[in-house]
Amino acid sequence: MLAVSAGDALVWAVWVIAAFSCLGAGVAVVSFANPFYSALALIGNLASLAVMYLLLNAEFVAAAQVLVYAGAVVVMFLFVIAYVGPRREPPWSGGPSWQTVGAVGAAGALLVEIVVAVGLQATGSLAHDGRVGAAFGTPAWVGRVFLVDHLLAFEITSIVLLVAAVGGVILGSHTRRLDAAAAQPARREPQRGVEAVR
Amino acid sequence: MLGPGVAWYVAVAACLFGVGALGVLVRRNPLIVLLSLELMLNGGNLALIALSRHWHNGAGQIFALAVMAVAASEVCVGLGLVVALNRRRLSLDVDTLSELRG
Repeated sequence: MLAVSAGDALVWAVWVIAAFSCLGAGVAVVSFANPFYSALALIGNLASLAVMYLLLNAEFVAAAQVLVYAGAVVVMFLFVIAYVGPRREPPWSGGPSWQTVGAVGAAGALLVEIVVAVGLQATGSLAHDGRVGAAFGTPAWVGRVFLVDHLLAFEITSIVLLVAAVGGVILGSHTRRLDAAAAQPARREPQRGVEAVR
Repeated sequence: MLGPGVAWYVAVAACLFGVGALGVLVRRNPLIVLLSLELMLNGGNLALIALSRHWHNGAGQIFALAVMAVAASEVCVGLGLVVALNRRRLSLDVDTLSELRG
């Protein structure tokens, strides 16, 4: 264990870079005022996560992560941000209100709870390491496990995606009633006045 | 296994989940709340894959793929909601959207 090989040091170096860029990009997502920059920071977070997945012998999940998230999810985010217009909202605007303090405290409590729960459950059992076969994590292996052992989960996943797509279309589509309501300025005026006061 | 042990990966996953939870609780722009939710899901995914590697069990990777599909669904519905809010000229601030408050 004491003899640190060159490969071990290399993997450590890659891991340290990936972990720090992952957490740094996560903090950037949370702290940027402009959602456009937050969405761009999420790409860095996803890329460094994909590197960590590769270090964990999960090649297929790493590729799916880059394709699904950076290729589809972030692009959709950028479209919607461009559609609604970038609204700057500095995260700590207005000074520390009791809500902000409570939120930070709740997030810290959540983190402490996770660390304590994992630490209590995993004392010692996470220390031993082992080798996995060469096929672990390859697309062929994932396909066999997914479509043979976990076929029901695969089908349910597809149904969830279908339902979400239908819901997205219904939420995003114009309805005639709404268009008629938006076309009547007399009924919309008071609400707009309230909006402007806010 | 070369490099750091699984416990290090789980620690990074916990920190990522905490950062995402902070974003969900603190930010008021629904778009950034959704992005922070993605961070939380990614933290969960990293823990699943690290423990899948640790126990030599493929179910963790399958579960991570299912989580990815659920994240895509959540983004689909969440962005649909944001577009609907924008179309009704409601302000994009989760603090002012309190009509359903009990």
